Amino acid sequence: MKSDSSQSAGSADKSSNIKSGAEIVVQSLLDQGVDTMFGYPGGVILPTFDALYDAPIHFIIPRHEQGGAHMADGYARASGKVGVIITTSGPGACNIVTGLGTAMMDSIPLVAITGQVRTELIGNDAFQEADTTGITRPVTKYNCIVKDVKDLARTIKEAFYIASTGRPGPVVIDLPVDVQVAKTNYDPDVAMNLPGYKVKTKGHLRQIQMAAEAINKSEKPVLYVGGGIVSSNAADELRDLAKKAHIPVTMTLLALGSYDQNAPESLDMLGMHGTAYANYAVQECDLLIAVGARFDDRVTGKLKAFAPHAKVVHIDIDPASIAKNVRADIPVVGDAKYILTELNKLVEHHDRKEWFTKINQWKKKYPLGYDKKSANIKPQYVIEQVCELTEGDAIVTTGVGQNQMWTSQFYKFKRPRQFITSGGLGTMGFGLPAAIGAQIAMPDSTVVDIDGDHSFNMTLTELRTAVEYELPIKVCILNNGYMGMVRQWQQLFYNRRYSKSYLANPEYAKVAEALGAVGMMVDKKADVPKAIKKMLGEKRPCVVDFKVEREENVWPMVAAGKSLHEMDGLDLLESMA
Amino acid sequence: MKHIISALVENRPGVLAHVAGMFAARAFNIDSLVVGRTEDPQLSRMTIVVVGDDRVVEQVRKQLAKIIPVVKVQDYVGLPVVARDLMLITMAAAPEKRAEIIALIETFKGKVVDIGQKSIMVEISGPEEKIEAFIEMCRPYGIKNVARTGTIAMPRQEKTVSAQENAAE
Repeated sequence: MKSDSSQSAGSADKSSNIKSGAEIVVQSLLDQGVDTMFGYPGGVILPTFDALYDAPIHFIIPRHEQGGAHMADGYARASGKVGVIITTSGPGACNIVTGLGTAMMDSIPLVAITGQVRTELIGNDAFQEADTTGITRPVTKYNCIVKDVKDLARTIKEAFYIASTGRPGPVVIDLPVDVQVAKTNYDPDVAMNLPGYKVKTKGHLRQIQMAAEAINKSEKPVLYVGGGIVSSNAADELRDLAKKAHIPVTMTLLALGSYDQNAPESLDMLGMHGTAYANYAVQECDLLIAVGARFDDRVTGKLKAFAPHAKVVHIDIDPASIAKNVRADIPVVGDAKYILTELNKLVEHHDRKEWFTKINQWKKKYPLGYDKKSANIKPQYVIEQVCELTEGDAIVTTGVGQNQMWTSQFYKFKRPRQFITSGGLGTMGFGLPAAIGAQIAMPDSTVVDIDGDHSFNMTLTELRTAVEYELPIKVCILNNGYMGMVRQWQQLFYNRRYSKSYLANPEYAKVAEALGAVGMMVDKKADVPKAIKKMLGEKRPCVVDFKVEREENVWPMVAAGKSLHEMDGLDLLESMA
Repeated sequence: MKHIISALVENRPGVLAHVAGMFAARAFNIDSLVVGRTEDPQLSRMTIVVVGDDRVVEQVRKQLAKIIPVVKVQDYVGLPVVARDLMLITMAAAPEKRAEIIALIETFKGKVVDIGQKSIMVEISGPEEKIEAFIEMCRPYGIKNVARTGTIAMPRQEKTVSAQENAAE
């Protein structure tokens, strides 16, 4: 590369640093600290792949660009760093759209670089042309096309800054092939130009004081925390607040683990398949302190009847999240870590004995449960065993549906970035590639994908990627033969008409072996712990096909349109308590 | 309630599509959206008329501000503003009706910009209600074509200025 640039620079002065667009991409990535990235080559991104040929970047090639995007996402969620994916134009760019949407809904920092046809061909329906910025605009925090190589270094710098600050999210840079070839001087210190992007991290002091006063006055407060705690790295500050002021904590799906679920203050998850004690506590609290959460419909149930007695404190870095769904009495715009630190200086300790007594009664009366006496393999049992045998310490990914909800209920997470799941978009097929990304980020951790059979079907080709890169990921398929959550809804709301929610599955153990992984099948309850132990000891990727109870349901459940306290399945939980 | 929202945006490709796409994706209804350059070549101004309750309009404002090339957003509701619409309208104007029509145009302070055998084109600007009223008055003669810019607006600065402005009307 150096000889190239000196040739093209000719007798330019020694301060000049002439590089091609492709070389600028690679150098900018290195300057951003990128040491790992994901991607799939193709026609119009070849110049950049050529520049990547001898770059000191660990490069992972998925089997499908969607898998690559989820890998970058899993990598970002596990590490806290920006995930990077590079694809070609047209189909390559289109194939990452689901991955971008997944990252957008869950506020995950990604930078995607997509090739584009030559600038003079744009708009001509050229081969493998797609309007990438048009297609990805609604699923990105920001996107742009770079038509002049002089703008490239600045744009990449801006992309990383936008992706990783404020409310994080994915950014797409669309890069025509001629811009990758064009040359210019590379200035690593180029200034960003983002007049419309201002991040407010420090919350308004008066608002923080008001929040503290409300907390100090409250008899029945609840902390309702979301993914913002994770992206702000504010788990320590959250723990200090909950302990110091003595406040119970309920978490959204994305926040599970941001408060140790084994701690007495944890109410676990709230919402549609949340715990009865979390939902009752929210419905009865006099103060709801929302931090980095967005009052999603799966959390609130019927909006008008959500937390009806509560004053609402809403702490969020995204002003647009505040008062979008639920009116906030005390809005605080800023970074959770900063605001909780300030709040911790102002809150007093209160025992709130009555409140915790009440909560503990709910916990005792309606614990999460299932029929442990059943001779069949209950999916919840598999998850409990995985939790026990990994000492609650594994990084866990999931597909979407019942497998995901049971994992959220029966694996007890201790720390943030331990549970990796597609919350907002609910992307089936996320579990396996996300596990691959997480394992690359955390090579010394045990990474388990607890998946559904049909979720696994969607991206199982990536198992070969795990084999190729020697990643010892574990996949537990809770195989009930159904799209389980679809089937559950059909059972409950469509009179058991199981319309198109069944597919004939392959023998997963054989599929795994054929792809070079270890495959196992378990159809006896007694074999479950043994199989999990063997799986955890494997050095190769390992897939265990658990033939679980076929028509098991997720309980409790707040049916769509119902209020949080109107849960179905409580009698069942009570009887099993 | 009707709100006029003014957004200063970076002057570059894709920004209009981004703003329009956001309105469609979030199911916000807009009455009109006008974009034009400003004194600064880096910036354009969008003037958007939105109808909705306070909660909806607050979301519109916040979601606009969230778009990265959008530099500044202001809701003019409650502020004294000058709001104007510009219209070109062509209507039938048979010779025997022409005098009557021209009188009407003068009453509305419109300007005849083209005149043909059977029709007449008028340029007229003013607050939206005035434009609407003029359209109604023209209807009986037979409207052939209407083109409108949509509302642009600017807050009034000082009382004296607004007084002059009123006098000029």
